[in-house]
Amino acid sequence: MDLFEHQAKELFAEYGVPVPRGKVAHTADEARAIAADFAVAGVPRVVVKAQVKTGGRGKAGGVKVAEGPDDAEQKASQILGMDIKGHTVHKVLVEEASDIAQEYYLSFLLDRAGRQFMSICSVQGGMEIEEVAHTNPDAVARIGIDPLAGVDRAAATEIVQAGRLPAEAVAGAAELAERLWAVFSDEDATLVEVNPLILTKDGRVVALDGKVTLDDNASFRQDHEKFADPGATDPIEARAKAKHLNYVKLEGSVGIIGNGAGLVMSTLDVVAYAGEEFGGVRPANFLDIGGGASAEVMANGLDIVLSDPSVRSVLVNVFGGITACDAVANGIVSAIGILAEQGDAVRHPIVVRLDGNNAAEGRRILTEANIAVVEQVGTMDDAARRAAELASLASTGA
Amino acid sequence: MAIFLTAQSRVIVQGITGSEGRKHGARMIAAGTKVVGGTNPRKAGQTVDLGGSSVPVFGTVGEAMAQTGADVSVVFVPPAGTKDAVIEAVDAAIPLVIVITEGIPVHDTAEFWAHACSRSNSTRIVGPNCPGVASPGKSNAGIIPADITTEGRIGLVSKSGTLTYQMMYELRDIGFSTAVGIGGDPIIGTTHIDCLEAFQADDETDAIVMIGEIGGDAEERAAAYVEANVTKPVVAYVAGFTAPEGKTMGHAGAIISGSAGTAQAKKEALEKVGVKVGRTPSETARLVSEIMRSR
Repeated sequence: MDLFEHQAKELFAEYGVPVPRGKVAHTADEARAIAADFAVAGVPRVVVKAQVKTGGRGKAGGVKVAEGPDDAEQKASQILGMDIKGHTVHKVLVEEASDIAQEYYLSFLLDRAGRQFMSICSVQGGMEIEEVAHTNPDAVARIGIDPLAGVDRAAATEIVQAGRLPAEAVAGAAELAERLWAVFSDEDATLVEVNPLILTKDGRVVALDGKVTLDDNASFRQDHEKFADPGATDPIEARAKAKHLNYVKLEGSVGIIGNGAGLVMSTLDVVAYAGEEFGGVRPANFLDIGGGASAEVMANGLDIVLSDPSVRSVLVNVFGGITACDAVANGIVSAIGILAEQGDAVRHPIVVRLDGNNAAEGRRILTEANIAVVEQVGTMDDAARRAAELASLASTGA
Repeated sequence: MAIFLTAQSRVIVQGITGSEGRKHGARMIAAGTKVVGGTNPRKAGQTVDLGGSSVPVFGTVGEAMAQTGADVSVVFVPPAGTKDAVIEAVDAAIPLVIVITEGIPVHDTAEFWAHACSRSNSTRIVGPNCPGVASPGKSNAGIIPADITTEGRIGLVSKSGTLTYQMMYELRDIGFSTAVGIGGDPIIGTTHIDCLEAFQADDETDAIVMIGEIGGDAEERAAAYVEANVTKPVVAYVAGFTAPEGKTMGHAGAIISGSAGTAQAKKEALEKVGVKVGRTPSETARLVSEIMRSR
């Protein structure tokens, strides 16, 4: 789970990582009130920052300096509702402006290749860090971290020195890095990034931004739910999650149901590949029903996929490994029955490909059930092609 | 020979008394695997019935090894206990531990891997979040269905479970020496490269199929390894060409961040070193089949 900047900074503050003072506003009026409080406290200048879970906010105009409450209200009204890379801005962070002397970069993340953790640190932080990493890789230090040893003050000092931070910033940055490691380690994060990490004109080191990704697998020992953002989730994805289905909404018209993440991902590719022939028909979703594929799970899956109005056909692609195909076939038949009883009779064509354990029996069950909307195809490639063709026919009304 | 797992392998199940451990323990025995015991510290001294076979339960991996000569452990314990289970197996110096458990925090995986490294890595770790290792006709350790393929001379290494099964099934007439499901998590023990190395050295393997998916750069590194070290033919398949940026597709590892790790980049890296890459699983199977039949 990715956190908003303000959530990341609240977490940083709990761990003693210095961050600017600030508050979240959902309306321009709230932004004005926060700026007014800062003005009363002797801080007339504030920064209004779009809260979206994507990078490149600054370049998109989602971060603006405001001089006092009137200006903060105006800037907030410009930013709220803005679209940044497909993310609508629903809230802004209004925080005290900082007197920036220098901008650095610091992060902790996974080192997949090294099968450990890693810190990245650079004296050249700010909006162009990716460009710097590309054109001047020596200016960006990558330091492996032994998960058993962690990062103490000495290791933190080595990190910021490797990033070539100047002498006047080393002590403050090392203290901050040590605390940031505690966030990474204690919160089960897979990424903690500060860009920019700043040195202020009065010599303090402060996290001016914060990006945190938490490991969903750790939810059994972490209270990650408190960071959840139900409003931002696609409504169909939210409904699928409530039914414990692994569903991701995409932009196409062929609904996909399969078992196993890899096979379903592959099914999306094969449908898109086959769809090229039919004017660019694409998959409408990713849905992995997992190993069980009981009638109930299949019914829930079909229900979710068909609730997407852009779906024109459905491809059920199941490989019977541990689950036998006859059980899957029975699941499909009951699922269509359950949906009909609910008054949601299936009208779109469903192409089914069953292979693996007991595939012949599974196919026989579907054939005998003689359901008008169900069509069986023998191979994955042919089934994908047929589903794409049916979606294309439905779209053109032919 | 096959790799990692042979007809002589003696297998124990950590978490043998749980529902998954019992179910798959029985399936492994039915597939001909020598399942010689299991562990559960609270049920040591008891036996567990696995599809008609009575199997002893030990308190620790060390005890199980001493009593049974076990050299492989398959871990089914729940995520919260997996790190300790793997560390126990590593400390007992069992040669191979296969971690089936899904949903392990990546910090735990990083820690047990670091622990294994600190013990000079005498234990090979496969997984976590993987379907296991199968050497058809010899032994099957994990959850790979045993009856979908036959014994043969293709080696397979894959990040994905169901794609492994799909490929084994499509090539069932030719058959496999060993199939290794390495798992799709961001940090895993045994990698594509480890398996390529072992298959290259295995005199019962003639060709290698490698299945990858988006995320990380394991496939790119494997491509570099193939160029330098592998003389046997390698065919690859990569899943995730249509996955949108920044969305996780089931496997924790299957996420694209920025430009690196895309399916296209992996495909290009593999093709550049002469690895044939199929556009679909079936096309991949055909490519393998052509190579095997032309031998």
